Amino acid sequence: MRYAIQAEGLVKRYGETLALDGVDLAVPQGRLLGVLGPNGAGKTTAVRILATLLRPDGGTASVGGFDVWRQAHQVRSMIGLTGQYAAVDEMLTGVENLLMIGRLLGMSRADARRRAAELLERFALSDAAGRAAKTYSGGMRRRLDLAASLVGRPQVLFLDEPTTGLDPRSRTELWSVVRGLMADGVTVLLTTQYLEEADQLADDIVVFDHGKVIASGTSDELKATTGAQVLEVRPLVADHMELVVRVVSEVVGAAPDLSAGKAVTPVRDPATLPAVVRRLDDLGVVATELTLRKSSLDEVFLAITGHLPQESSAADETDLARKEETFA
Amino acid sequence: MTTTTAVPVTAKRVGPLTALQQTMTLAWRSLVQIKHNPWELLDLSIQPIMFLLLFTYVFGGAISGSTGDYLQFALPGLLVQNALFYTLSTAIGLNTDITKGVFDRLRSLPIARTAPLSGRVVADTFKQVWAFALLVGFGMILGFRVQTSVAGLLGALALLVVVALAMSWMSVLIGLKASSPEKVQMIAFSTMMPLTFTSSALVRPDTFPGWLKTWSDLNPVTHLADAIRGLLIGGAGDVTRSALVSLIWAAGFAVVFAPLAIRAFRSRV
Repeated sequence: MRYAIQAEGLVKRYGETLALDGVDLAVPQGRLLGVLGPNGAGKTTAVRILATLLRPDGGTASVGGFDVWRQAHQVRSMIGLTGQYAAVDEMLTGVENLLMIGRLLGMSRADARRRAAELLERFALSDAAGRAAKTYSGGMRRRLDLAASLVGRPQVLFLDEPTTGLDPRSRTELWSVVRGLMADGVTVLLTTQYLEEADQLADDIVVFDHGKVIASGTSDELKATTGAQVLEVRPLVADHMELVVRVVSEVVGAAPDLSAGKAVTPVRDPATLPAVVRRLDDLGVVATELTLRKSSLDEVFLAITGHLPQESSAADETDLARKEETFA
Repeated sequence: MTTTTAVPVTAKRVGPLTALQQTMTLAWRSLVQIKHNPWELLDLSIQPIMFLLLFTYVFGGAISGSTGDYLQFALPGLLVQNALFYTLSTAIGLNTDITKGVFDRLRSLPIARTAPLSGRVVADTFKQVWAFALLVGFGMILGFRVQTSVAGLLGALALLVVVALAMSWMSVLIGLKASSPEKVQMIAFSTMMPLTFTSSALVRPDTFPGWLKTWSDLNPVTHLADAIRGLLIGGAGDVTRSALVSLIWAAGFAVVFAPLAIRAFRSRV
């Protein structure tokens, strides 16, 4: 299989801090790789190296078969980059921002104008095309930023936390845009702190923590790595909770956690569910909710790393300071 | 959308003509802002104009005996002060691009590595010319008269632009190194202010105490101010010599700061 993005043993140091500690990545053409990890895990550093902005201290990386450092120019003609903060010129209008990129990419004035109009239309920015970008909302800026990275029709797209700081509606909008790109066959590397986002979009997921890849696979594979499914039981009558706990404890062999009126416990044996159902029925307990589900990526992350992805890990990353001011 | 590349992957680097076109595109980008906000240029000019008014009408009489005489004397100095301050707009613009991420976006494009820098310098040179015209025009409304010739006026402009271009290397260095645009402004203020005030730009240094006079004679701003004054209103002093000394200073500045700035730029690019 041909890989659109490939990295082996990437190392990057910032002084004493090891931002990347031997990272391997491989993204087949036309797939979307989700890079999941907390702040400071090294996600942005990896993206900056792959997008030719940063020189690795060790290891090699290539995009479309070109070395990201020695053949940077060729790599740049294939890629699009959208950072964590919208990199648009705030003094320029939406259309001017896109015109500038088009002209820089060698398009004629007419072509650049046509492409700009096309993208503004696609990202629902046509009405705001003539307004300075500084008057845009956070979601609009992100869309303009994404549009800017698409002017040159990149084959490989880097999206570095594209939805951080966006409201849920803008986030969903951006997701559908990303899905559209995937339908076009673009290879995407997307970093995110949100498990749901990786779950929603990614073909494959790698989990970063402290500059290392600590797990990889499809969403389902990752969920299976904890080896467990999750049983949730909610009794109709709150007083029956004690009975539920007793039944579940006896069948599973361990006491369930209680959260929000539910008994929750990891189970490994598929026969658990019918057994629980029978016992509850015998006792006359009615459950309003009785489910056996795969563990969520949150639970997977917790199982692998010992902490939830929203909690920042100790390693420092250069972009941390910038993140605060991204959106007002 | 198709997935074919718009840019042929065969191109290995950017040719000089393409690089020039990219420079002009990025210069356009800096200048088109004026279209949206014509007074943006005035923002940087408001201070010299305020100085012009304050110095002329508040101190003018006391310094030169009459406000009209002082205006003739001070306007060339204010032009110098303004041009020097203005070189830092390169630093501010560059630094804003870096902190906002625009710089990274430009760097991820298959364009000449130097284009983001040269585009800005071209645009800022244009703004220098604009600011010069604005200040001379405003001065003329107040009663300033060019006493030499059009050639003198153009010579003054050319000298200012050349010196400003040399100084912009320092500006680029500051822009690349400073942590925020506000820092750049602070650096600008705390270096340019004392430098212009201890020169012959705004007052005749005759009344300075000995040590300050010694400094003032060394101060490159003094030479530049004397040269610009000579080119605009003629009078005493060797204009050619002042202009030459200014150019030597400018060359020195470029020799020292260009390699530093290029190194800082390389480490960014």
